[in-house]
Amino acid sequence: MLKFVVNCVLAIAGSIALAGPAGALSPDEARHLLLRTGFGATPMQIRALEPMDRAKAVRTILDSTTTEAVTPPPAFMSNPRPDWPAHYKSTDEDAKGVFNRARDAEAVQLKAWWYAEMIATPSPFTERMVLFWHNHFTSGMDKVRHTDLLFRQNALFRTHATGSFRTLLQAVAKDPAMVRYLDSQANKKAAPNENFARELLELFTLGEGHYSEKDIREAARAFTGWHMNDADGQFRFNKGQHDDGDKTVLGKTGKFDGNDVIDVILAKPEAAQFVTAKLWREFVSDTSDKAEINRLAKIYRDNDYDTRKLLEALFAAPAFWAPENRGSLVKSPVELMVGTVRTFEIPVADTTPFVEYGKRLRQDIFNPPNVKGWPGGNWWISTYTLLERRELVLRLLNGSDLGAAPGGGGMGGNAMGGNSMSMAATPAAAGAPDPAAPKPVPGIALWVNAHGDLAKSADGAAKLLLAAGPVAPPAADKTGRAMVEALVLDPAYQVK
Amino acid sequence: MVDLAMNRRRFLEGTALLALTGALPSGCATAPQTGATASLNNVLVLVELNGGNDGLNTVIPYADPLYAKLRPTIGLPREQLVQLTDKIGLHPGLAPLQSAWAERELAIVQGVGYAEPNLSHFRSIEIWESASDSDELLPDGWLARVLVKQPGAARRPAEGAVFGRPSIGPLMGANARAVLMDSVQNFANKATKVQPLTASGGNAALAHVVRTQGEIARAGEMLAAKLQAKPTPIQTPFPKTNLGGQMSNAARLIASGADVPVIKVSLGSFDTHTYERNTHDRLMAELGGALGAFRLAMIETGQWSRVAVMTYSEFGRRAGENSAQGTDHGTAAPHFVMGPGVRGGFHGKAPALDDLADGNLKHQVDFRDMYASVLKQWWNIDPRQAMNRTGADLKLFG
Repeated sequence: MLKFVVNCVLAIAGSIALAGPAGALSPDEARHLLLRTGFGATPMQIRALEPMDRAKAVRTILDSTTTEAVTPPPAFMSNPRPDWPAHYKSTDEDAKGVFNRARDAEAVQLKAWWYAEMIATPSPFTERMVLFWHNHFTSGMDKVRHTDLLFRQNALFRTHATGSFRTLLQAVAKDPAMVRYLDSQANKKAAPNENFARELLELFTLGEGHYSEKDIREAARAFTGWHMNDADGQFRFNKGQHDDGDKTVLGKTGKFDGNDVIDVILAKPEAAQFVTAKLWREFVSDTSDKAEINRLAKIYRDNDYDTRKLLEALFAAPAFWAPENRGSLVKSPVELMVGTVRTFEIPVADTTPFVEYGKRLRQDIFNPPNVKGWPGGNWWISTYTLLERRELVLRLLNGSDLGAAPGGGGMGGNAMGGNSMSMAATPAAAGAPDPAAPKPVPGIALWVNAHGDLAKSADGAAKLLLAAGPVAPPAADKTGRAMVEALVLDPAYQVK
Repeated sequence: MVDLAMNRRRFLEGTALLALTGALPSGCATAPQTGATASLNNVLVLVELNGGNDGLNTVIPYADPLYAKLRPTIGLPREQLVQLTDKIGLHPGLAPLQSAWAERELAIVQGVGYAEPNLSHFRSIEIWESASDSDELLPDGWLARVLVKQPGAARRPAEGAVFGRPSIGPLMGANARAVLMDSVQNFANKATKVQPLTASGGNAALAHVVRTQGEIARAGEMLAAKLQAKPTPIQTPFPKTNLGGQMSNAARLIASGADVPVIKVSLGSFDTHTYERNTHDRLMAELGGALGAFRLAMIETGQWSRVAVMTYSEFGRRAGENSAQGTDHGTAAPHFVMGPGVRGGFHGKAPALDDLADGNLKHQVDFRDMYASVLKQWWNIDPRQAMNRTGADLKLFG
């Protein structure tokens, strides 16, 4: 009761302090929405959302969603597709080594490309959803090896980022990278391979405990012959390897093919609940709330798995805005890195170093640890990764390794460009850096210069940068750069 | 043969004792204890075979005609195996374990699994790491549950150290401290620059970050002191493989004398649905090479007497191969326990190849009886502190 009264008083005090239009967001709420749906938040972005009410702010973010990347595809995508059939047949170990090293180099390009897109995109929310689907429908370079297929899978996630989950799932089942990743290629009439069917039920839709081993075996039969062509990298229905007999999956019987099985699965409320619970963990809280998740899942199912509809309801849920849920999720390594770059508007000329950074922080994009993806949440923080995260944030803020253009890419003029970030990756300048060139302007100095008025005190800066009050507030004599450094090393910088 | 091995073992224990008492303060006992108090100075090194290791291609019943029948393309021919008996051989990649076998320091526990097997990677590894029944959800790791109850927490930098795959598994929860590291020396160097915090975090996520920062500072300080006191590098070469690197760090940590009772390393992925032999042969060689070098390094540094190594994996694989020269998720599999305190030889019972359940091997030994034996015999801890079992049937040590 007392707690309730105190909360009420605080809420009233907060709304008085606001003095904005009715229902307008507080600065804390605006920052919360940005951190939860994007990568970091600049003071300008926070200000831009403040006059809006919750519904309008959420709509603004959802409306910004795009279906195509703004960054040009990695260079290797303009090359002819490598001759995989010849590679598989070859016994020339040297040639095979050369071939494999070329693919590894492409994988680095691919990862750097996605980092560049996450930094440059006008819709960070889109990339958060692409990341979400990448972690849901995992496929990894270690097994897939065909870099162009991984690029195309990434584009598929963007196309359907907030679209129909049914359409996305149908497309994923035929996605050539997935066909390779979960051995659909080996799924044949005479000897079905269970790998894809198992993960379809366990990890993509229903979750453990809502199907039997027999359901897996029967579902696998429905996907027999869903192969890919190594030569052109396209999905290929191999009729001769397809089992067109009766199958019984989840109590339903028919001459099912893969799409029929997907329909049988999605008719189960548990499928909507499973995906909704995962989005809840991604955007709302590590603590599940069964009643709320079931309420939202019903919206999802009633709208035929329209993901945008679900997200609207999710971001309107009281739990999303609850003060006790703010700052309660650990930032993923990608969010930490890309969020730091975007928050401090750090000029980045070459995103290649992020590839190695991501690995060190245990989020090697395009290469999840296994088919279940990254566990997320508190798992991101271990004794090893916390040390690395602190070190990397400082490196980013000091502009180390980023190939930043001398002078910081013109911080004075357009660094404040709001959404249209002036930091799209451009090809790194060739050759050694010119020793006579002025040192790059560190992001931290840039931020302090630009926002000195907002961040006169550690308190003011903390409200812009941290999702929760600092655990160890900087000493009063720390100002400018030292003060901001102390804030980003505070545990509160690790959460969103 | 047996006498020689025993003599050699006592000799090793003696040198280990000398080495330790020479360089360390009191309180660092060595050999397995028989007294009433837990002796967490004994170290357990867990090797997670991530992805589900194919037991039938690891400890191979080559004399059973059904083996060749179940494995027409991926089966290993008798002449390639490390023959242990006239019926059973090891995968050739495990040849470096031959000397441990000859010294009776290698226990092979056959047919390990559990009732009502779950064939999901993620659920089954939870069952193994929490030591639960198949249909029981336990929040904490089996070692976390037990170790936090043992005295001496203040002397320990952490309950466990984890190298390789960033999964703390059996050390999860129960407020146990698990330190993940890339290398012991790097960790100590970096961690000593981090300050512990006096305040605690508000919500659970923040509290986790604050707590982790505290663990870094504390473990870093203790490890740095130990490493400084014992700067001598280990001479034994380790294979330049992922697991070789992990085991080299495990060896460095143990040789430093730091009080860390559990070290977890991992190797994978063993999820060999297609073209199993390419992957599995490489992983077996990586496992054999790293374990062989680790044993020699422990003997070199006089630490072997206080070390036991145990493998585990979420499941074995289907008895028969599939159409893609691979194997699908299965059930029971053999596991290894290695160390001078171990009762070498075969334990448990190999599942019959003509008595399968849905194509899967029937388990003969509950995995928790292996744990119980470790707890009781290696640490002198009542297994019932961790689970509802005494493991009376399995005596892996002594």
